Order: sequence, then C-alpha cells, then structure tokens
Amino acid sequence: MSGIVDQVQRQKALKTDRMTINMGPQHPSTHGVLRLLVTTDGEIVDHVEPVIGYLHRCKEKIAENLPYYQFMPYTDRLDYLAGMNNNWAWAMAVEKLAGVKVPERAEYIRVMFGELNRIASHLVAVGTFGLDLGTFTPVLYCFHEREKILDLFEATCGARLTYNYYRIGGVAKDLPDGLVTKIREFLDPFEKRIDELNTLLSENHIFVRRTANVGVFPPALALDYGVTGPSLRASGVPHDLRRAAPYSIYDRFKFEVVVGRGEKGTVGDTWDRYDCRVREMSESVKIVRQCLDGLPDGEVRTKLPAVFKPPKGHVLFKAENPKGELGYYVVSDGSPKPSRVHIRGPSFCNLSIIPAVCRGVMLADLVAILGSIDIVLGEVDR
Amino acid sequence: MVTPREIHDRLKAQFPDDVGDFVEEPVEFFSEVKPAAVGRVCAFLKEDPELSFNYLVSISSVDLTANLAAVYHLESMDLESGRTRHAFVMRAQAPRDNPVIASVATVWGTAIWQEREVYDLMGITFEGHPDLKRILTDDDWVGHPLRKDYVFPKTYRGIDLE
Repeated sequence: MSGIVDQVQRQKALKTDRMTINMGPQHPSTHGVLRLLVTTDGEIVDHVEPVIGYLHRCKEKIAENLPYYQFMPYTDRLDYLAGMNNNWAWAMAVEKLAGVKVPERAEYIRVMFGELNRIASHLVAVGTFGLDLGTFTPVLYCFHEREKILDLFEATCGARLTYNYYRIGGVAKDLPDGLVTKIREFLDPFEKRIDELNTLLSENHIFVRRTANVGVFPPALALDYGVTGPSLRASGVPHDLRRAAPYSIYDRFKFEVVVGRGEKGTVGDTWDRYDCRVREMSESVKIVRQCLDGLPDGEVRTKLPAVFKPPKGHVLFKAENPKGELGYYVVSDGSPKPSRVHIRGPSFCNLSIIPAVCRGVMLADLVAILGSIDIVLGEVDR
Repeated sequence: MVTPREIHDRLKAQFPDDVGDFVEEPVEFFSEVKPAAVGRVCAFLKEDPELSFNYLVSISSVDLTANLAAVYHLESMDLESGRTRHAFVMRAQAPRDNPVIASVATVWGTAIWQEREVYDLMGITFEGHPDLKRILTDDDWVGHPLRKDYVFPKTYRGIDLE
C-alpha cells in the first residue's frame, strides 16, 4: 500500500512543464524558411505559431514601380514550383482590367502549360511529402517525371523554373516544331507512372498509418480559414474555379473535380489531401490531351501598344493554381504602372489554418499535416 | 443568386447609418462601409441565412492619399456543390492620421493573418483583433512599406542598405 503512495508522491514531484521549441527556419521538413514556434506537452502539441516573413521581398511594392508587362517575371517567383500558373493569373487579371482579347491558339497553349505545370507542382508535393514521412524512393520517381515536363518547358521558353512565358494578350512565342509529339510521348508512359506511384506510396501500410485520420480539416473550418485548392477539396468540398467560375476556355474540357473520399480514414485527413493531388494529376493529363486534340492554328499574341495603359478601375482576379486560389487585386489609375497590386497567395491562407487544427496532435503528425497542405514559402512571404 | 446591388440595398436597410454609397466603378462595383461598422456588417453578412458569406477571399489595402482603405472580397459558397452562390465587395476608409477599422477576425479565421498583413504593410489598425502584430516584416521594422509616402530606410540594425 505504502508503495503506491510513494509512487504517487514521486509523480507529483516530477515536473511536467510545457516546453516551447523552435521548428525551423532551417528544418528540412518545413520546405523553406518557415519557423514554427511549438509549445509541447511531452510528445503532444499544445500550440503552434507559424512565424513567416523570412522570404519577404515586398513584391506588391515592386509592382507599383513597374509597367504592367514588366511585372510578369516577378510573378514566377511567387510559387516558384508553378511559374506558368502565376504568369497566367497575372496576364488574365490585367486582361480583365483592360478588356484584352486573347487569340484562340494562345488560350489552348496557356491551358496546356498551366496543366503541365500543375502536374509538375503536384509531383513535387507528393514526392516531398513522402520524404517528410521518411521514405526516400518516391521523390526520385517524382522528380524523374517532373524533369521531363521541365524539358518540355525549356524547349518552349528556354527556362526550367522561372518561365516568363505568358504575356498580357497571349504567350511570348509559338510552340517549337515537334513539341506536340513530345508532349504526347510524355503523357503515354506518365499515366502508368501514376499507378506505380500508388503501389509505392498510396497503399504503403506505414504511409497509410502515418496519414489516415491525422489532421482532419472539417469543411466549414477549412473555408473559414480561406483554405482552397486540393486541401479544401480533400475535405469533400468540390470547389474548383475551373468548374465553379470557368476562366479562359476551361468550360470546353471534360474533367472531374477530385474530392476527398475518406478511403483510408476520415474525409479531409492527411491521406485524402495527398490522394487528391495524385488523382488530380490524371485529370490534368485528360485536359492536356484534349488541348492537343483541339489545338487550332493562328496567332499566339494580341498586339498591344508599347506603353500599355489600362483604363481607370480595379479588379480581383482569381485563378485555380496547383496550391489553391491565387488572386491578384489590381488597381489602375490610368497610368502605365499599376497604382496598387495585392496578391492573395493560396499558400499564405492555407498555412493560416495550422494553429487551429494542430492542437493535441503528436509532434510527428505536425510534420505530416504541414507537408500535406503543400506550401511554398515564396508565395507565403511574397 | 443575389446581385451586389441587392445585397447593398439589404445592408442599407439593416444599417442605414453605417453603409454608404454603392460605387459603380469598373470593373467591380462595391459598397462603402463606415470603418467602425465593418465588424457588425460582416457578422450580419455571414450569419444571414440567405446571404451566408462563409468565405473571405481577401482583404486588400489601398492608399487613397487622404485616407487608407481596406477592400474586402467576400463569397458565399455552397459546401455541397462547391459552387459560388454570390459575391460581394465592400470598402472601408479610415483617415490617414488615425487609420482604425473594426476587426473581422472573430467572424472569419482567415482574417487573423490577413489583417496582420494589412497592419504590417499599410499600417491600418484593426480594433478588436486578438493579436495584432507585424507578420511579414521584422517586429522592429519602422514604417509601413505600402504607403505611398514610405521612405526606404538607409540602414537596418547597423547594416548599410544603400
């Protein structure tokens, strides 16, 4: 009897203070310079506070000092894994403000490269997510495929990461000879690679145990925090701007809006967010094929004056980027330079949900949840 | 589907003193709202069963020289179908020498960070925000870079910036 009393006394004497630790800004699993201030109760996370801004370059201020055309290369460096999509959204925002029409062929090329870049971005997301959870092989397979997409981009615009290929009113130049064949040669074996990836990672027992039922985002909470893109769709909300508010020529293509099904656990868990990206790659392949089949001949760029002055006004234009909704709020005062540009980065909003969903999870799960929302710090910090 | 004009009329009926004009400026039309009323107007917009604006897309700030403004882009999304039911834009202006706007951080979670960003870069104070501090620049940074009269510092922590 006295033994038990002693034990209780000893336990009471043990200190069980909360501990605050820094995760980052140099931590391999934070995908860049993100710092998480984590308060832990043993192995349990009590509170997380993301500290951001280490990559802040004040792009919005830069935009105010540049003509509309010249801001294009800066957009590449927002979400640097999806430069094409960033270019595209900027071009469309200014086109909407100024009422510029885009030639048919340019629209097809834009959709095609936008979707190829979506595949490339998701490949990095999926590969590095595996890396976060301690498996090294998938990332090599993913980067091998991504490399082929980057080769296609390089053949078209000469760059492999920061493309600066889209222009206000079209694209910089037409496709090089034989690129259509090259894209088809990439797509055919790629679909089999997705199946391979599924056997390698999606169905892997350890991977499923690490991700299923972990970090569930309830749909209403996710939307409350402005979470968009695959991370919102994984929670069962079929919101995709390509379908909900079709821009460019997305209303012409047949594709499915991928949503989380809770196949391995609960709808909206970490596995669902991963799985949505894998399945979205197949949908993007479908869209690229339809683009190739319907690609018309003609001009690729509307001629615009060298000193381009959109009329006075303002607009917020949003596009469905690989990470979520990228929005540009552009205010024009009728001069050649924008009076104000605000960038609504999807990674910024997606990251802001972390403090709300990470209370009470294990420290190792925090890494899984962070990896599953797929942030790029270039866009968080802008 | 409710048009921005109809939403403005409903707001005007509900808050006659707080809601100003409906501004038909290209490309997006918006309502002017008094800065002190932003919190209660937004709470109404979210909680009204027909309007139910459950998604705050973004808070952008604009320097209008005499005033500083925050522009709110709101959307109402159907969680079942993923479709956007209706959208609405509103703007609140506060005088440059005392830029205070009521916070909406208790209405939408995303506003916690977005208001911090506006505070950091444009220097608008959001009254009622639980933790208003700089987010993108350093805590000891001086000034608000997105204001038109901002002067870039010559040194920072002893580092020559020129």
